[in-house]
Parts: sequence; C-alpha cells; structure tokens
Amino acid sequence: MSAASGRATITHAAGLHARPAVRLTKLAKTFAAEVRLRGLPDGAPVDAKSIVKVMGLKLRAGTILAFDAEGDDAEAAVEALTALVERRFDEDG
Amino acid sequence: MAETRRRGLAAAPGLAAGPLALLPEPGAAAGAVRGPLPLGAALAAARLDLEALAAEAADDAAEILAFQVEMLADPALAEGARAAIDAGAPPAAAWTACMDAYIRGYGAAEDPYMAARAADLADIKARVLAALTGEGDAPLRLPPGAVVAAHDLTPSRFLAVAARSPAGIALAHGHPTSHVAILARARGIPLVTNLGERPEGGNALLDGAAGLLVLDPDPATVAAFARNAADETAKAARAAKLAGTLAWRGRPVVLTVNVDDPAAVADAVLKTADGVGLLRSEFLFMGRDALPGEDEQAQAYADLLNRLNGKPLVVRTLDVGGDKPLPGLTLPAETNPFLGLRGIRLSLAYPETLRPQLRALLRAAAGGDLRVMLPMVSVPDEVEAVRALMAEALADLEARGIPARPPPLGIMVETPAAALALDRFDIAFASIGSNDLVQYTLAASRDAPGPVARLADPYHPAVTRLIEATVAAGRAKGIDVSLCGDLASDPKGALHLLRLGIRRLSVAPAALDRVRLAVHDDREETA
Repeated sequence: MSAASGRATITHAAGLHARPAVRLTKLAKTFAAEVRLRGLPDGAPVDAKSIVKVMGLKLRAGTILAFDAEGDDAEAAVEALTALVERRFDEDG
Repeated sequence: MAETRRRGLAAAPGLAAGPLALLPEPGAAAGAVRGPLPLGAALAAARLDLEALAAEAADDAAEILAFQVEMLADPALAEGARAAIDAGAPPAAAWTACMDAYIRGYGAAEDPYMAARAADLADIKARVLAALTGEGDAPLRLPPGAVVAAHDLTPSRFLAVAARSPAGIALAHGHPTSHVAILARARGIPLVTNLGERPEGGNALLDGAAGLLVLDPDPATVAAFARNAADETAKAARAAKLAGTLAWRGRPVVLTVNVDDPAAVADAVLKTADGVGLLRSEFLFMGRDALPGEDEQAQAYADLLNRLNGKPLVVRTLDVGGDKPLPGLTLPAETNPFLGLRGIRLSLAYPETLRPQLRALLRAAAGGDLRVMLPMVSVPDEVEAVRALMAEALADLEARGIPARPPPLGIMVETPAAALALDRFDIAFASIGSNDLVQYTLAASRDAPGPVARLADPYHPAVTRLIEATVAAGRAKGIDVSLCGDLASDPKGALHLLRLGIRRLSVAPAALDRVRLAVHDDREETA
C-alpha cells in the first residue's frame, strides 16, 4: 500500500461539467487505488470514481482540486488525474 | 369536428401533415416486455438500452447519452433509493423520490449548463422506472409520417421517435433552446414546443417555423396547407437546381449563408449554399459561462468545414461587448456602448480571449478553406495588431509541430471610416455589415422608438454611396467585397445590391431559396 497526493487547477473554461467529469471518473476507474477528490480550500472529499459525487461538487473554473489516493498504484493515479485536469480534460486549449 | 388552431413556440422549421399520434408517456405504455425488475437489474437494463442507443446515435446525441450511461454505471446514483427499499419502501417510489431530489438539485443550479442536466436526470429516471415497473419500453408503435404529440421529450426519447420517421413533433412543454430542439433542427424534423396542453385530435397540420398546430383541419385548410408545402418543395427544388450556377444578368453571383449555431443549420442548406459567408463565433459560448478553449473551438470549425465539403467558411472573430457582454469578463459600464469597446476593439483590449480563438482558426485553416473576418474595424492598425498576434500564434504552433496555416484575413465594413478608407487596409476581402453601417451612418438605432428607427433606412443615399465606395475600393484592390447584413436577405435589398456592383451575398438560411430565385428571375425578366 502506498499513498499519494497532488493538486491541479481547473482552467477549463466551463468548469467541471458533464463531459470533463465523465473523462475524469472514467480515468480514475482505470486505477485500483482509492482516489478522493476535493475542491480547495474547504470542500468535502468525494470518491473520484463517482460521476454522481463529482458532478455534485459543481466545481467551477479556477478551483484548485486536491487528489488523495491510497493503493498500490496511488502515485500513478494521482499523476494521471492531475495531468488530465492540466490538459484541460483533452478538450480545451 | 371544427378545426382548432394552437399556438406554440417555433423550435424547428418545416411543414408537416399527418395523423396525430399520441406518444405513450414513459412507463404508461401498454404491453409489458420484460416484467418488473429489481432495482439493480432495472439499472443494468436501462444502461444496456442507453449504450445500444448511444452506439447508433450521431456524434451530438452520443455525447449527451454518454453522460447518462456514466451516471447509470455509478453505484452512488441509487444509494438513497436502496436505503429506502431496505427500509421497506416500494422500489418505484423509492427510485422516484431519489431521482426527484437530484433533478431538483440540478434544476435549481444557477449555472444554466448545470440546470440543463436536469433533463438528463429525468431521462434516466423514466428509463429505470419503466424497467422497475415492467411497463413501457415496449417498442414505440408510431405510424410513419405521423405528427407526434407528447407532453415533453427527453433526448433519448426524441431519438427513439426520430427513428420512426415522424412528419413532425408537437410538444405541450419543452423549449426551442433545448437539446431536443437542436437535434430536431439538425434532422430537419418540424418541431413546435410550449403548446400548453398535449394536443389531441385525428389529423394535424404543423408549421414549425410559425409555431402553429392545426387540429382536425377543415378541408380548405388542408388544401391551402398542401399548396404551401408543394410551393415550398417546388421552390426548394427549383432553387437547388440553380445552386452553384447562379447568375444575374449574365454575371456570376456567389450566394452564401450566415450561420449562428452550426447545429441548427440543416445539411440541405449547406449543400445548396456556396459556403458560409459569416459564422458568428459568439455561438461558441451560448449557454455557458465563458468561451471554450482552443481545442474545442478548433474542433467546431473543423466540423463545419467538413460539412461544407470544400466550400469556404468565413469565421468572424468574437463580436461582443457593448450591448452583448462577454461572459467571464467584467467590463466598465459604458454610457454609449455602440461607440465603445466592442467587436475587434474588445478582442484587442482582452487578447487572452482572442489568442485561443486565433490559434484554433490557424489550426482549422490547415484542414480547409477557412477565412477570418474581423468585426467593427475602424482603422488599419487594428488589422495589423491581429496579424501580429496571429504570426505569434503561428510560430508557436509550428514550434510544437501542430499543423497550422495562416488564413486569409478580411474585415467587416460597418463603420463609415472603413468604407471610405478601404484603400488603406491590407486585407484579403471585405464584407459589408449593413445593419451597423446604416446605424453608424444615420446615427439611428433600428431598436429605437418609431421616428428614430425610421431614420435607419438602408436605402438612404448616404448608405448607397458608402456601399458604392466600398465596391470601387475593392475593385481597385482586386479583392472580393460581399454583404452579409439583413439587406441581402430581403429579395428587394439583394437586387438593389447587385445593381450597386455587389456580386457576393451572404443571407440567413431561411432566405437562401427566396433570394436565389429573386436573383435568377430578375435576370430572366430584364436581361
């Protein structure tokens, strides 16, 4: 077991809407690690593999996301997820 | 039975006539297809159905359905319903209560994009409910060519109805800006929304452009409607034959269309037009908080170029400011917005909005005939400032190995300054924006109260002289001059412009056939 954490800022203009949220949860589900996601400074952490919970955060552009993962591939999961956010969910320059 | 006329909102144009077919409400359809299912199985069945639907759907619809599939695949969705069932609640009631809470939550969101997701949640709710109760989801029995009546439609239900070739759709609720309306326009299915109550009757006539539904029409109405439909069909057929070969008094005329939202323009229109003479790129942030970024824009331009199949696409950079505020930018309040920070002035004042658009345009131009047009230009320096930003963007894209090509750069002629000093501009083309040119020439707004609006006359000699000056300067420079304002969409205005030497007209999609025939027929009568 290992643990990892990372942060990334949502720069995607529309915030964490349906399509980006689908991409994020789909990617999170490819890892065995348990991944939790929250919006800084004071958001409650939710399961990053749950579209229902992630959409429920209604995160806007400019929010800093914090990922906390636990499990064998925790580090790879955090790395991949922060990279996705930084790439603007592969849909936004 | 006497005919009744019902007024709703025009959501997708077209004329439809046929038997009125009431769409069974979800969950109320006769004929159980697979018996009541426990919640887990109902969720799985709904997900399988949606995945199958998404696999057959066009891109626009598949994207809407992908979100619903992901929601259904999430165990968290039904947590509340499971807890209630464990506590003894009937499954259907537990599921309904659980989903209604989500729907209320999304529906109450301030962000319109989030609020629109409530329709997706309602879609999921109905689909699972049908599986839970064992009702509904029977194959839709709709006669082909029917005018389908329903309270409202979710996107997936619309697609199921659309697959059965309806003549048109009449909804008690819904809205012209909904996903369903966009899908209907793209598919050429006439749609009227907001009729108030679900219509009932034997036969129906539907006029999508007028937002009109006629129930149990009198024979005379049917005959008049059929004549109109036949007229429109004949006109469209005659106009389509002239596509690509239009001439006025022996001189070739190029007829393009003005496009707001590409999703709302039928393929048939793009097929017969000579291209898109004005894409109002403001459509990109319709219903959202801010402008989408470079990749999404590049994709939107590339998609439209694909649909145009080699014909040119003129994209106007963001034309906002003044009366049209740009979401996400706080602008100083202006006492006279039409003479203030708008059009290219605003883009240059906030280059962080212009840069991603220029990069997206450079990338899309590598894949087709794309041209870039700047709005509200007054002086050549504005064009040069954009050219410099474009050169920077091009160098950066090339350094990253991203395919890009500098597109031809042109301007809208909307100010008397641009019209009278066009020779000073280094540009590849010019397009007259008659609405603003009239307003700035006569110092009169079209939206002003009566006597002022009457001053805003596009046939005023001062406007005519500015158009003539623009045409003459264009000829001297050897560049194309077109006109893309409302004046061109009116057959009388189009002929006036041809007499002034304009040979390229860009018109509203609904005016395309009308203007084409007027130009052609004028040639026949007076040549």
